[in-house]
Amino acid sequence: METLTSLRPLLAVLVSLAVVPLLVWCRRHPNLREACTFLAAAAKLALVASLLPDVLAGREVLCPVVSVLPGVPIAFRVDALGLVFALVASSLWIVTSAYSIGYMRGLDEHAQTRYYCFFALALSATIGVAFAANLLTLYLFYEMLSLATYPLVTHHQDREARSSGRKYLLYIVGSSIGLLLPAVLITYYLAGTTDFAAAGILAGKAPYWLMLVLMLMYLFGLAKAGVMPMHSWLPAAMVAPTPVSALLHAVAVVKVGVFCILRVMTGVFGVGLLRDMDLGVVLGYIASVTVLGASLVALSQDELKRRLAFSTISQLSYIILGLALLVPLGLLGGVLHIVMHALGKITLFFCAGAIFVATGKKYISQMPGLGRRMPVTLTAFLVGSLSVIGLPPAGGFLSKWYLLLGTLDAHRLVFMVVLLVSSLLNAAYFLPIVYRGFFAPPPEGEAGQGLAEAPGWCLVPLVLTAAGSLALFFYSEPFLGLARLAVARLTGG
Amino acid sequence: MSHQLPALVVAAPLIAALLIFMAGWVRRGLCFPLAGAALVVSLLSALGMLSQVLTQGPLHYRLGGWEAPWGIAYDVDAINALVLSVVAAVALVNLVAARVSLEAEPPHRVGALYALYVLSVTGMLGMVVTGDVFNLYVLLEITSLSGYALVSMGDDRAPLAALNYVFLGTIGASFYLLGVGFLYTVTGSLNMADIARLLPALYGSKAVLAAFVMIMVGLWFKAAFFPLHSWLPGAYSFAPPAVAGLLAPLMTKVMIYVMIRLMLSVFTPAYSFALATLNQAVVWLAVLAIVAGALLSLAARDFRRMLTYIIVGEVGYMVGGAWLGTRLGLTGSLLHLVNDAAMTLCVFLAAAAFTYRYKGESLHSLRGLFRRMPWTMGALVIGGLSIVGVPPTCGFFSKWYLLSAGIQAGQWGYVAALLFSSLVNLVLFFRVFEIAYFEPFHDHHHGEPAPSAAAVRNEAPALIVLPLLFTAVGLIALGLYSGELASGVIALGLPTGLR
Repeated sequence: METLTSLRPLLAVLVSLAVVPLLVWCRRHPNLREACTFLAAAAKLALVASLLPDVLAGREVLCPVVSVLPGVPIAFRVDALGLVFALVASSLWIVTSAYSIGYMRGLDEHAQTRYYCFFALALSATIGVAFAANLLTLYLFYEMLSLATYPLVTHHQDREARSSGRKYLLYIVGSSIGLLLPAVLITYYLAGTTDFAAAGILAGKAPYWLMLVLMLMYLFGLAKAGVMPMHSWLPAAMVAPTPVSALLHAVAVVKVGVFCILRVMTGVFGVGLLRDMDLGVVLGYIASVTVLGASLVALSQDELKRRLAFSTISQLSYIILGLALLVPLGLLGGVLHIVMHALGKITLFFCAGAIFVATGKKYISQMPGLGRRMPVTLTAFLVGSLSVIGLPPAGGFLSKWYLLLGTLDAHRLVFMVVLLVSSLLNAAYFLPIVYRGFFAPPPEGEAGQGLAEAPGWCLVPLVLTAAGSLALFFYSEPFLGLARLAVARLTGG
Repeated sequence: MSHQLPALVVAAPLIAALLIFMAGWVRRGLCFPLAGAALVVSLLSALGMLSQVLTQGPLHYRLGGWEAPWGIAYDVDAINALVLSVVAAVALVNLVAARVSLEAEPPHRVGALYALYVLSVTGMLGMVVTGDVFNLYVLLEITSLSGYALVSMGDDRAPLAALNYVFLGTIGASFYLLGVGFLYTVTGSLNMADIARLLPALYGSKAVLAAFVMIMVGLWFKAAFFPLHSWLPGAYSFAPPAVAGLLAPLMTKVMIYVMIRLMLSVFTPAYSFALATLNQAVVWLAVLAIVAGALLSLAARDFRRMLTYIIVGEVGYMVGGAWLGTRLGLTGSLLHLVNDAAMTLCVFLAAAAFTYRYKGESLHSLRGLFRRMPWTMGALVIGGLSIVGVPPTCGFFSKWYLLSAGIQAGQWGYVAALLFSSLVNLVLFFRVFEIAYFEPFHDHHHGEPAPSAAAVRNEAPALIVLPLLFTAVGLIALGLYSGELASGVIALGLPTGLR
């Protein structure tokens, strides 16, 4: 593997960290402050995108930062897998920043400077995780993300926010200290290194039972991935303002969780080792329980954001299921699903927020007839739903297609059934919202009211992400190319 | 001049203490500059020695030119040069932050407070640098006596806490002295290097074992190693904040350094770590200390009291790490010693800042503090995260060493205790952050200002906040330099031949 050394990964991480003092400085001038956020977001995307040609040409970009422990530096290494995730997160940050303006100003929220600062910090941490070259760097940014999102989740500073914040910390930081950190240390002790390698670093270092325990410690220690029973922080975190739920709890934070699982399972254990020890099946069954369980719970949720949250929990485990198949097509489906689900789910959250800003409605039972007042929002909601269900012409179809092919390839028909049943459930909890929105009569007293869309700053972003979801169905470069590269490298093909 | 540094590091504050005491009668305004100057001299000499040791190897200094073992020897290697720098730096930073509150004391006390402060630092620096076990006892008593006096100048409950401290401290010192007496009886020497040379022939002797155990127990009293800790919470939570900011970060850490020094360079690893059952027992005691510290701190309802129990747990970290008896464990223990001094300073300075503004220290008095004292709270967040062990703060990296040493040695109880204590620390600090961030409660309504916006910004004076922020930034810097510290400094001072 050809490598080159560059500062760009470090800069991509630092740019949103560096903008924080600037945001505080401009706190009395909201327009200037938001301009700074946009500038940082654009710079971040440009830096991440500048790595694309190198990675597509088959090179890896290294960036050692500082040596803190013997043989374990803080260092970045950009490969195809990391770049897929970094591209998604940094491009959606721009869109979400625009949406934040509409949402936060539309509702006249307090402490907006704090909000934008911690948002920027969270994005720094996300890119740090995406580019981490070893477990230490990964752990560092993983924890930074947990702590940076705490003030965002508890933004409202009321009793409900406090109890949700407690749950959030207890699950996420508790599991990372209690399970992830010892797993990292045991890995370090066994392998003598924590650097990710394409073939893993643990082969032949430990007996079956220890590998199994270690794998479960990682799977549940990385609680951001929401694998049941470590999932209940996510519905609780829905007290956050909607842009936070949209970018962090549909894209950045939760995807950091699954991304870390992908990274650890492929870079630390290695696909070959998991296959030899037959650990993929364990992973697959745990993921299947989450896929089906969360979908079933989602059916019964009346609060729109909570329904979306349970849907996210279920969809995250699709990615883990794709990995668990341990075949190239399954992995390809998993990696692509990071992208497709991100766009689909962020659209859905944007819609939920837009409905709340425009009408103050949070519950699905209040939403019949809404399509007549907010046709654009509800159409976008339909597109997002299609993508999450996995129907054409939305991008989600592609990833689900590859996942299904993967189950065939791996001869695991059980998992195919799981995926199909879950798709049906997805349809069952999303489509009625759209159907009743357009065709059911509005509640008493609301009939005959005119259009009432959310402000433009809310509306344009959600149209953009919905359009993106559709566009990815027809043209999914550079993500498909990157995903293919990543899979080829991870499976040694 | 540079070869006099080992003496200067102790002599400067010793002489200054006398001058300050006199200045207290004549011109109180001179007290602070004198104390500051003495500590600056100490810090510079410590750093000078550190750079000398790193380039030229250990320094040996004979007080008054008397040859060892008859005269008193001061020996400086990489590790105690580092510890000296930490002691001097922490004492100096806290002195700057303490000025505002010390000057507000009743006038007749000011001179005494400054003099005792500097005298106490003299003793600690001396204990770290001395190469003589009896001289160490003398310096231990200098530190302790000035410490008792300093603690007793706190609030109404302080005298009783100080008395408790006197009793237990004296018992500890007596144990230590008795052990030294045994060693003197069998070897006829008080010089550390000399005893280490004479001891191997006597390793089978029961008297040496008795000396070893008594010295260790004596030091554990002084280091507040559970269950010998009961003087600490009272003494540090009722002492004046300025004093707590000196003693809490340093006293226990210096005693742990002395313990490690004696284990390594008087008794040598071949003796200290040869008794597997003793090692095991001490590590399990450390586990007990960590767990007890965690549980007791959960029960505390007062901010500074909670911190004192955290110290009890941290002492368990370091004693346990050292008694694992491996290179990794000792490295972790020594690195944690440096880091813990810095993080304890950070949280105690924050406590001093609250007390200065709001008097009360119960957890409830911290309501709305993120709005009222944003800088102080920012620093407290960094200090708290470091104690929890979140990277890139320094607390994470030393915990990493301690945990990997525990895994390497197969001491799973110790590993589990460290993780448990990290989780408890997380709960403790977030409980504080929650009170400061959410309370007083107020239902959230869109379009209304935040509940805490009603609270008026009322930050502590710059002279407290600046040292606090300096310490907080230092925690991150220490974290990023922990690789250098471990492999570039501590590794040089550890004996070869450790596992």
